[in-house]
Amino acid sequence: MNREHSRHRLVPGIAVLAACLVAGVASSAPLQEKGKAAKPYVAHAQEKQFAVPTPPFTPGIFPCSECHKEMKSNPTRRELKEEHTNIVLNHAQGQRWCLDCHDISNRDKLRLVSGEKIGFDESFRLCGQCHGDKFRDWKVGVHGKRTGMWNGEKQYLLCVHCHNPHDPGFKPLAPMPPPTRPENVK
Amino acid sequence: MPMKMIWGFFKGTLTLVAKGSRAYYAWVSCLLVLIGIGVLAYIYQMENGLIVTAMRDQVSWGFYISNFTFLVGVAAAAVLLVIPAYVYHWKPIKEIAVLGEMLAVSAMVMCLLFVTVDIGRPDRFWHLIPKVGLLNFPQSMLAWDVVVLNIYLVLNLTISVFILYNLYHKREPNKAFTTPLLLFSIPAAVSIHTVTAFLYNGLAARPFWNASILAPRFLASAFCSGPAFMIILFQVIRKYTRIEIRNEAIFKVAELIAYSMFINLFLLGAEVFKEYYSGTVHLAPLQYLLQGLKGHSDLVPYIWTAMIFNVSAFFLFLVPQTRENYVTLNIGCVLVFIGVYIEKGMGLVIPGQVPDTLGEIYEYAPTGIELLVTLGIWATGLLVYTLLLRVAVPILTGEFFVGEDGRTAVIVDTEFIRRADHLAEQSYRD
Amino acid sequence: MPNQESRDNPAFRMSRRKMMKGAAAVLGALALPEREAPASVWESFFQKHFREMSKPELEKVLARLEKEYSEKYRKAVKVRATPPVEGVLYGYGLDLSRCIGCRRCVYACVQENNPSRDPQIHYIRVLQLNKERGVDLEDAEHYYNPSKVPEKGHFYMPVQCHQCENPPCTKVCPVQATWKERDGIVVVDYNWCIGCRYCMAACPYGARHFNWKKPGLPAAEMNPETHYLGNRPRPVGVVEKCTYCIQRVRNTPGRYTACVEICPVGARKFGNLLDPESEIRYIIENKRVFILKEDLNTRPKFYYFYAT
Repeated sequence: MNREHSRHRLVPGIAVLAACLVAGVASSAPLQEKGKAAKPYVAHAQEKQFAVPTPPFTPGIFPCSECHKEMKSNPTRRELKEEHTNIVLNHAQGQRWCLDCHDISNRDKLRLVSGEKIGFDESFRLCGQCHGDKFRDWKVGVHGKRTGMWNGEKQYLLCVHCHNPHDPGFKPLAPMPPPTRPENVK
Repeated sequence: MPMKMIWGFFKGTLTLVAKGSRAYYAWVSCLLVLIGIGVLAYIYQMENGLIVTAMRDQVSWGFYISNFTFLVGVAAAAVLLVIPAYVYHWKPIKEIAVLGEMLAVSAMVMCLLFVTVDIGRPDRFWHLIPKVGLLNFPQSMLAWDVVVLNIYLVLNLTISVFILYNLYHKREPNKAFTTPLLLFSIPAAVSIHTVTAFLYNGLAARPFWNASILAPRFLASAFCSGPAFMIILFQVIRKYTRIEIRNEAIFKVAELIAYSMFINLFLLGAEVFKEYYSGTVHLAPLQYLLQGLKGHSDLVPYIWTAMIFNVSAFFLFLVPQTRENYVTLNIGCVLVFIGVYIEKGMGLVIPGQVPDTLGEIYEYAPTGIELLVTLGIWATGLLVYTLLLRVAVPILTGEFFVGEDGRTAVIVDTEFIRRADHLAEQSYRD
Repeated sequence: MPNQESRDNPAFRMSRRKMMKGAAAVLGALALPEREAPASVWESFFQKHFREMSKPELEKVLARLEKEYSEKYRKAVKVRATPPVEGVLYGYGLDLSRCIGCRRCVYACVQENNPSRDPQIHYIRVLQLNKERGVDLEDAEHYYNPSKVPEKGHFYMPVQCHQCENPPCTKVCPVQATWKERDGIVVVDYNWCIGCRYCMAACPYGARHFNWKKPGLPAAEMNPETHYLGNRPRPVGVVEKCTYCIQRVRNTPGRYTACVEICPVGARKFGNLLDPESEIRYIIENKRVFILKEDLNTRPKFYYFYAT
């Protein structure tokens, strides 16, 4: 069911984005190993600091202000026709749209319900507003993933490293090959 | 002086085993050829690793360990059968007790060889030697097995050599020495088989083996296969040598097989009932064995052959008319031997591992190399037994004894395996 | 257990040496595991049990192995024997509500731990199970290979060594070639194992694997950072198993295991059971946890759990 279901909804653009996200996840281990490929962002959350790798932006899209600073903000809910047409919201789409999460005045920031503006490297706080239980587990390293040292420095993968925020359902993967059957072990 | 006497005896035995009729030479050469083939197969296995067997991680013990398990039973039963008769002077069996002990010795040699060919690093055997290596005693049942099997081998070798050496000197073996050893060999025989059963029994990971009934079943079935082999052997011995073995002894042994087989079948039935009626996840191995599991049924024809053989043999040995008829008796012996070989060998070892601990089914069947190595070991066992008999039989018939000088051996029997007509002058049957 | 003092006595060692030399000479020809330099063959033949070696003896052995492996794999191979980190008992968590059965862990483990590629040895076996049947191993599919996972109606359960607190495998070893270390990791001395495979019969989790043939490990794929009790190259005819990446985790700071690191869904968790702040402790205290074959009283330190 999952596979067919999602195939209906998958716009090719989303697939590209998803691929980027997956690549981001896959590369996180080597990133960590080499220790220099990415400069870890240190985000300041309420309780403690969470070291996270670079958010998995679509290449060339950030900072958003590069384009947006020239444009006039339009707060009307609408279907985007000119830009970002590849984004199909499949995430409680009836209840929200872009500017519920993206800040209207500073497009390089996200916006919490409280009105607080946060960086993309703190996006977990935004997600945590609704997904409190996941957020709680994430903070202790149980939901999602931490890499690094089991008894030392760790990096937290952001929610968006695994979940496309606009379409957060985890995408099926091709499995690696099955083991050799004993009768073929020669 | 005793050293010289022992040296004379030793020299005599060497001369003796080199002498024999054409049939003897033919038989020994035949065994040597088989051993040679077995050795070559084993060298091939050493060169390439155990990958040349059909064993894999899913079924990590196979044909070698099956044969080992079966032969521990033969070794145990051979002694259990004859010792009480010896101790209590039951004449018909007493005279041939030593033959049983030597059978135990030969079976033990085979057991140790089967374990040796099964291990991945035989070069590290010394890790098993207490104090030199690190024997995990008393924790590991395999360590127990190493200890009891070796004790049992030495014990039987000592008893039989001592008895024969004395008979060779034409004197009664000293009872003060033999009786305690003979008495000790009874619990020793029980223990080798019990320990071997416990080796499987103690593994909670393998529900098929993890049944308390396993050790009693082992003993019961051993009391079938060991004696069945001996009945046939007794007939061969008395046919081709001058040893006398009375019918009475043979029929008594056959009767014993009937009782043991009944117990064996009863215990098996108890196990089958428990598993099928309770129908837990532990049923799967038994299902695999008896009816096949998910289309895998390689063992099914074998186990039903074994069942049919065992039940038929039970009736053949139970009814006096068939028990005391040599045709039906011998058929019964062959049936029992094959039946128990299947049931206690592959029929026990393989279902313990199928399905494996993660539910996978791998159908194991030995490869050609495994069969050849196994054949070689059986030939080795038979050769050991033949050579032991070659010495023991003339001693028992008074055709190999110490000369007047008390040192040089006198060899009368130069044939060993004789044609029946050469024995015609001697009517030995009751 | 033999008396430690008597075994360390030099006189005792001498007699053992003498005694074994004769026996070794007889068996030597057959026993040579590989065509190595004769000196190193003898040294490895007489090598003591890992736990019985003195520090200098151990260092000599490590140096010999490093030399041997470096020549064989044409790279600088390190063989360490890092002891357990004090105050640590390793525990592992696996989130069944997350695992999608992609087998990334299986191959990350292979890359890290230097098992034989041909014939294939995998420490991790991922089972595809039916949601309707639950954890029913008889019903497990080991060789699933659809184009995408997870498949509808199924869940996935990876199985590897559970590092039992009460390991049935170490108990049965006739030569004490396998044992549980202070930090809870069950290890094998590949130079002491005789290859009887009794431990494989005793393990309820199919976690032990035998080198049926000389391991096939291409030099290019060989991971040179090794531990004596972990991922150093294995000889033919011995048993091996998962060690929670002992070469990685036994350090301060120590890296996560290869399987934890690779898991694309974050289903794998690892930490110190003695540390109340660790993620594994959080899981045990807050999630629905189960251990496989609990009734066998093996007390695994490998906890399956459902985060949701």
